Amino acid sequence: MIALLAFYLFATVMIASAVCVIFARNPVHSVLWLILAFFNAAGLMLLVGAEFIAMLLVIVYVGAVAVLFLFVVMMLDIDFAELRSGFTRNLPFGIILAIVLLAEMVLAISAWKAGPVLSGAVPRDTAVEPNIVALGQVLYSRFLYPFEIAGLILLVAMIGAIVLTHRSRGDVRGQKVSKQVDRRPDEAIKLENPTVGEGMKL
Amino acid sequence: MTAWFQSWGMTYEWSWFIATIIGILVIALPLMLAVAMIIYADRKIWAAIALRRGPNVVGPWGLLQSFADGLKVFLKETIIPSGANRGLFLIAPIITFTVALIVWAVIPFAPGVVLANINVGLLYVLAASSLGVYGVIVAGWASNSKYPFFSALRAAAQMVSYEVSIGFVLICVVLYSNTFNLSGIVLAQQGHKLFGLLNGYGFNPLLFPMAVVFLISSMAETFRTPFDLVEAESELVAGHQTEYSSMAFALFWLGEYGNVILMCALNAILFWGGWLPPVNWKPLYGFFFTPELTGLFWLFLKMSFFFFVFSWVKATVPRYRYDQLMRLGWKIFLPLSILFVVIISGWLMFSRYGGAA
Repeated sequence: MIALLAFYLFATVMIASAVCVIFARNPVHSVLWLILAFFNAAGLMLLVGAEFIAMLLVIVYVGAVAVLFLFVVMMLDIDFAELRSGFTRNLPFGIILAIVLLAEMVLAISAWKAGPVLSGAVPRDTAVEPNIVALGQVLYSRFLYPFEIAGLILLVAMIGAIVLTHRSRGDVRGQKVSKQVDRRPDEAIKLENPTVGEGMKL
Repeated sequence: MTAWFQSWGMTYEWSWFIATIIGILVIALPLMLAVAMIIYADRKIWAAIALRRGPNVVGPWGLLQSFADGLKVFLKETIIPSGANRGLFLIAPIITFTVALIVWAVIPFAPGVVLANINVGLLYVLAASSLGVYGVIVAGWASNSKYPFFSALRAAAQMVSYEVSIGFVLICVVLYSNTFNLSGIVLAQQGHKLFGLLNGYGFNPLLFPMAVVFLISSMAETFRTPFDLVEAESELVAGHQTEYSSMAFALFWLGEYGNVILMCALNAILFWGGWLPPVNWKPLYGFFFTPELTGLFWLFLKMSFFFFVFSWVKATVPRYRYDQLMRLGWKIFLPLSILFVVIISGWLMFSRYGGAA
């Protein structure tokens, strides 16, 4: 009964917050509702026994992606009146997107109903075997090549992002910590004993 | 405890529910007391290093100082700035406080003494600690004031940066222990080094550098002093807490110190054997009444030691500049921890699996 209660709690809050993402007037509020939706999705994952996916959802989406979203949205200087005026202009485009998404969802559900994607896949008992072990064994045996390729694509994307955003500025004097640490008193300080009336030569 | 409630004739679900609630209270209430005492200890250690006396007026040796402070903020009025975003302004301290508490669900205090013994315990810790940044960001934005906003931006960048290297450090630990379960990690450290004599991954020369990286990163994660740019008082007044008063402010304070104690516990559990005694010698496991109480004793001893290190660093190390902070996170800790993931996995392949792929 507690599991059922938890399911309805998570599901209701998730749908409500998803609706709020669209209807919130303030974009920062939208992002925060989105985070709540992610969080409840993770809760639903936990209920079906996918503990690893649930934790990854929180770590990756809530802990990193949404923080950057929030970071960017908070710094935007948004003119709400202008934002609203674009509504009718962008409406057809939005409707097309919505139809595509709906079609994909219908397709995905009907494909799932039709049977397992991989014939001969052995269902694993999550009560005996931890999620992570099962996932690791599948990823590193059956799906080794797709997994490695996904890793390579991410690496390329990372390097690409660095190359695109990195610019070396000549006018900046960076701090060389090793040089500062290596400096010894005899290089930095000179002790002098000036005679009276002559002063110091610098 | 679930079984005990069931013997009263309750259904399994209700007895589980009540037992869990009791478990939560048994952890959370002493934790609040511990936070009060740890704030006192922090001020005392800091004062001793600065050759001052510290709090010494309220109660014997000033022991009740934190409670006096708590009573003071409790009796004050919560002021909400008129330009603030009301709802979010009030939610922010609640987020900070709640997140600081929920991680304790998976912390093993002694053999078998843990509220939720889950397989993904370490990932849960990572997930919950990555939520902590929302308290700061939301507070900074909702205050609708410049200094809190700067603080929020700094906090977001700092948290994300240091979480990356913490992730790799945790991978090193998991590679050795073969499990994400925190109790399992503690047990895997039993007799880990020196012919089974020492308990703790920190004694392993391959993992000791990671223990140091984790200790420093945990200071950055909790915004403790060398990395407290989030509330650098010379630049940002009080950072994200600038506009807060009374209980809302106190919740930030409690959450922050709750996180500090949590990080001390994690340091002890991940690298220094958790509730195991440092030396794998039979009498050390049960000399304090029962094995559970002895485990609690060792864990608290280790946590106190790490808290002393935190205070010590706070009292002696000057604050980093922001570019230095980012340099340490991205250019030193990240390559170092990735290098150690490679070295450790190579060494384990070689020593544990005989080099066979």
